Amino acid sequence: MESYSERVMEHFRNPKNVGEMENPDGTGHVGNSVCGDIMELYIKVEDNIIVDAKFKTFGCGAAIATSSMVTELVKGKTVDEALKVSNRAVAEALGGLPPIKMHCSVLAEQALKSAIDDYLAKSRKAQKEGK
Amino acid sequence: MKRTRPEGIRLSSAKVQSRRIYLDYAATTPADTEVVKAMSPYFTDRFGNPSSIHSFGQEGKAAIEEARGKIASLLGARQEEIIFTSGGTESNNFTIKGVVYANSSKGNHIITSSIEHPCMIESCKFLEKNGFKVTYLPVDKDGLINPEDVKKAITPETILISIMHANNEIGTIEPIAEIGRIAQEQDIYFHTDAVQTFGHIPVNVDEFNVDLLSVSAHKLYGPKGVGALYVRKGTKMASFMHGGEQERRRRASTENVPGIVGFGKAAEIAKNSMNEEAKKLTILRDKLIRGIFEKIADIRLNGHPIRRLPNNVNVSIEFIEGESMLLNLDMEGIAASTGSACSSSSLEASHVLLALGLLPELAHGSLRFTLGRYTEEEDVDCVLEVLPKIADKLRSMSPLYKENR
Repeated sequence: MESYSERVMEHFRNPKNVGEMENPDGTGHVGNSVCGDIMELYIKVEDNIIVDAKFKTFGCGAAIATSSMVTELVKGKTVDEALKVSNRAVAEALGGLPPIKMHCSVLAEQALKSAIDDYLAKSRKAQKEGK
Repeated sequence: MKRTRPEGIRLSSAKVQSRRIYLDYAATTPADTEVVKAMSPYFTDRFGNPSSIHSFGQEGKAAIEEARGKIASLLGARQEEIIFTSGGTESNNFTIKGVVYANSSKGNHIITSSIEHPCMIESCKFLEKNGFKVTYLPVDKDGLINPEDVKKAITPETILISIMHANNEIGTIEPIAEIGRIAQEQDIYFHTDAVQTFGHIPVNVDEFNVDLLSVSAHKLYGPKGVGALYVRKGTKMASFMHGGEQERRRRASTENVPGIVGFGKAAEIAKNSMNEEAKKLTILRDKLIRGIFEKIADIRLNGHPIRRLPNNVNVSIEFIEGESMLLNLDMEGIAASTGSACSSSSLEASHVLLALGLLPELAHGSLRFTLGRYTEEEDVDCVLEVLPKIADKLRSMSPLYKENR
């Protein structure tokens, strides 16, 4: 198998933003145990800006590194900007991924989108209820 | 006999700064220094082509015949029943294709198991595309094949039964002699892949009732790129490579003389050290298994608890994934292996672990340590010190662990 870049190994060794979040504004849960990767991503949003992001991941080195990188990339971004963060951007920020591991970056992108969708759905509901 | 440890493999001693512990002997073994010494002259001084009539050639010829004798002796076979190949994969391909081509007028059915090495399974899949029928027998939760299942699967069309002696991933040792008896009664060719057992535990072609048997040198401290196929006298099979008189016309190609000499030496060493080594490894194996169970919660032992290779430890550590464990172990200088999809290019968990009935997340969480000639108790202690910390670290990151608490 092709080996990982130094950036990937850095994020694997010392992943950023690991852990659960108390009362997240949005939660994304993607992946399944058959393919071997499960990601959970939490975001905190203030004034339409993602002020914090955290994750928990079951998976390989690339899955952990991409989770770590995507949370780093979106912190400080507006929700709209964050929606534009692609799997390619995550992979590039990690100095590339072996081709067979590109699906991990797709999963990271999906986890982010799913957390943002959850946030948007919650805020629409809150607006409707007039909170 | 205590054998010299190669330079690359270090003890976990405090004196050694950069410790590296190799626990992947089922993948490959380092060549024994005696083996390398025996091979060396055949690259330079005794380089002759064994097919040549002159004295240079005859030196090579004599060397390969001597090696053939050593391998035959360890198998309880006759010298002329050994064919040298390029390794276990070739021996298995040779068997499947050679027997099938030569016996297709008798039938088109092959019986094998669902836990064979990929080179066997893929060869069978290839034949299925070409009109042959293959039965892949199931195994029980410990990886054992039931000989009764073999009996039931036989049809008038069956021309070959191939069941591995011991599984490379989980170490389960199959009831080969019993299956061999069934094959013999029904007059069907029987092959076993003994790559993981030859030179490690007793392998005898007559006791096993086998017609064909595959072995590989680099699994028993010999060189890579050389193996052998035992073919019982009278077995009808097609040649694998054409274009020369070598190996009784069954496998053309100039012989890998240094490799074959090294293989012979490795077999000779194994013959003398095998029993003692198996005893030592069984003790270390059991210490490692026991230690993992004591120090880490939610563990499953994969493979049979007793009918098991002396050097094989395979466990699933729940809620975490194999490749991330391997990377963490490697950072500590420990080399192991996993059945997780993430460390392969197929993106599927090990077919062997799934055949045991393991849930995919447990198959992804498997870890295999295979011990060998140079493994010491300190190495096992080091794993037992490091692994629980790695499991804790990865579990603290795992969404599955949380769900289960």
